[in-house]
Amino acid sequence: MLHIKNLHAGIEEKGILKGINLEVKAGEVHAIMGPNGSGKSTLSSVIAGKEEYEVTEGEIFLNGENIEELGPEERAHEGVFLSFQYPVEIPGVTVTNFIKTAINETRKAKGLEEMSASEMLKKIREKAELLEIDRKFLSRSLNEGFSGGEKKRNEIFQMAMLEPKLAILDETDSGLDIDALRIVANGVNKLRSKDNAVIVITHYQRLLEYIVPDYVHVLHDGKIVKSGTKELALELEEKGYDWIKQEATI
Amino acid sequence: MELKDKLLSSFMVFEDRVHDESKHIHDIRNHAIKTFQQKGFPTKKDEDWKYTSLNSILKHDYVISPRHESAIEFKEVKKYFIHDIDTYKIVFIDGKYSSFLSETTHDGIDVCLMSAALNQPKYKVIIDSYYNKAAKDTHSLTSLNTAFASEGAYIHIPRNNVVKKPIQIIHFSTGSEASVMLQPRNLIVVDENSHVQIIERHQSLTSNVVLTNSVTEIFANKRAIVDYYKIQNDNQEASLIDNTFVSQKQSSNVSVHTFSFGGKLVRNNLQFFQKGERIDSTMKGVTIIDDKQHVDHNTLVHHIEPNCESHQDYKGIFGGRSTGVFNGKVIVEKEAQKTNAFQANNNILVDDKATINTKPQLEIFADDVKCSHGCTIGQLDKDALFYLRSRGIPEKEAKALLMYAFANNVLASVKINAIKTRITKLIAQKLGVNLGFEL
Repeated sequence: MLHIKNLHAGIEEKGILKGINLEVKAGEVHAIMGPNGSGKSTLSSVIAGKEEYEVTEGEIFLNGENIEELGPEERAHEGVFLSFQYPVEIPGVTVTNFIKTAINETRKAKGLEEMSASEMLKKIREKAELLEIDRKFLSRSLNEGFSGGEKKRNEIFQMAMLEPKLAILDETDSGLDIDALRIVANGVNKLRSKDNAVIVITHYQRLLEYIVPDYVHVLHDGKIVKSGTKELALELEEKGYDWIKQEATI
Repeated sequence: MELKDKLLSSFMVFEDRVHDESKHIHDIRNHAIKTFQQKGFPTKKDEDWKYTSLNSILKHDYVISPRHESAIEFKEVKKYFIHDIDTYKIVFIDGKYSSFLSETTHDGIDVCLMSAALNQPKYKVIIDSYYNKAAKDTHSLTSLNTAFASEGAYIHIPRNNVVKKPIQIIHFSTGSEASVMLQPRNLIVVDENSHVQIIERHQSLTSNVVLTNSVTEIFANKRAIVDYYKIQNDNQEASLIDNTFVSQKQSSNVSVHTFSFGGKLVRNNLQFFQKGERIDSTMKGVTIIDDKQHVDHNTLVHHIEPNCESHQDYKGIFGGRSTGVFNGKVIVEKEAQKTNAFQANNNILVDDKATINTKPQLEIFADDVKCSHGCTIGQLDKDALFYLRSRGIPEKEAKALLMYAFANNVLASVKINAIKTRITKLIAQKLGVNLGFEL
């Protein structure tokens, strides 16, 4: 599904990612953990195609295709979804209208017809229910005045609607109380299948109790310095990141 | 012949044609033409015209008073009306009243013609009390309009009337003359406790050159509410100088929304005079232009009495080589204590060659007031753009959504849904996007 080879990337000549290697297969869940400033959010932005970042070396393959030349929307059409840490407010555009546009633009790009209104409505209802989203919420302006939890839940709602092949959740757990965390995790788990993959980017182990990863990677100073199974996350929770940093510098 | 000279010599002929009018009107005209003769057209040397040059639009050989009324079928122009709600309509074609396209009334309220009001004795009391009382003859363009004013909308809402149907004032030009100058004149008097909503539009139907120099006077008496919407979406050969003067009495509430998307050069002179306490004045605008378009908002709020408010919120999005100007003056007189005056002007420059000149001017002589102003100039937020694109929305559509979101809080205060829908459609059209829903 996703194959990252020796990825170096940065912003305005400042190197942030310094040789990332990562392979994510369909059906897998990978967690990427690491201290602040280790490059976690940069990695997710680079995969999703944020143009402010420059890839200086290495390649990203999605289903065998090098995606370097693709814009963010084209990557989305190929099935990449990034759940934002700080979703943007769009006053005057409702959640429903926004998701309709996102879905139909994706379908347009694939040469499909627009989704019928009744099909759309059915799907919206179904996914809203899954994420315990109130119908009134759907007619509010996108992210405007949303609480931190509402924003994150709305991100996962959009993910559920778009049914991506590769979902990247960037700090989706930050700002969530335990109930919201459970709902969000439940939503993600329902969407897991043998055909799609999830990358969970998080600072803490907490979310991983709910979305259980197959692999855990530790990012430090722009490199994956350690990989393991879910037990690694527990170890990090217990010991903090300092021992990783020390190991990395040795 | 220069346009000024042509206008001055045309005035003699014009005066002869309107000789039936009262001495009062005759005197106003003669005074006005003298003012125009002295001052002439404004130039960039005038402080208020520093960023707007009229040179390019004054060079044409305009026909001053087009004679022929061309017939227009409603279906040809239906799209320029807000047609999905019931409205009164006062429609002009090349400056002449079109009874065929209009729907006026004298049933408890007067929604009719300025030409009738200026000539018929039954309107004399209102004309004597209000006509040309708010318009300032310090502006040469307003004086020019006053000299030639003969047609436009006359609206008088007597006390205690809530007018259910909005009133549309539409000026069409057909281009049956090569280039035409139009000078419509509107008078709107709203008496105590009355409420009216008005929509104004100027629309050229061909690509011939049109210059409109329009004057509107609005009088809101005690506790009156007036909501006024200006839709400026004319074609690229049409220019508009809009001079609107609002005079408010105690506890009245007047709002003017100006939506500027089209036209070659648009200048909005919008002035509010607060002559009473507890007055609320609102002016809001959305400007979205590109190519070589030019839109200039020149506003004034004159706080004369205590305990009044004014709210200004103008948003501008400038693409291509377009230029925008915002010059917002707020004067708070010494007596106007407890004034609350708010002004904001936010702009986005979409292209490198686009320009905005923004200049807030606050003159505050009272000491117990709240006055705030802020202007910003920026680009579209890159993080926001990335967010939308990462959801599969292409760059052009994503930009359009962000621009719409930027303009949204001005739209939010539009009270007529049909207008809101129309404006959002015009925005989508202007931005060249179809998002699959009406924004």
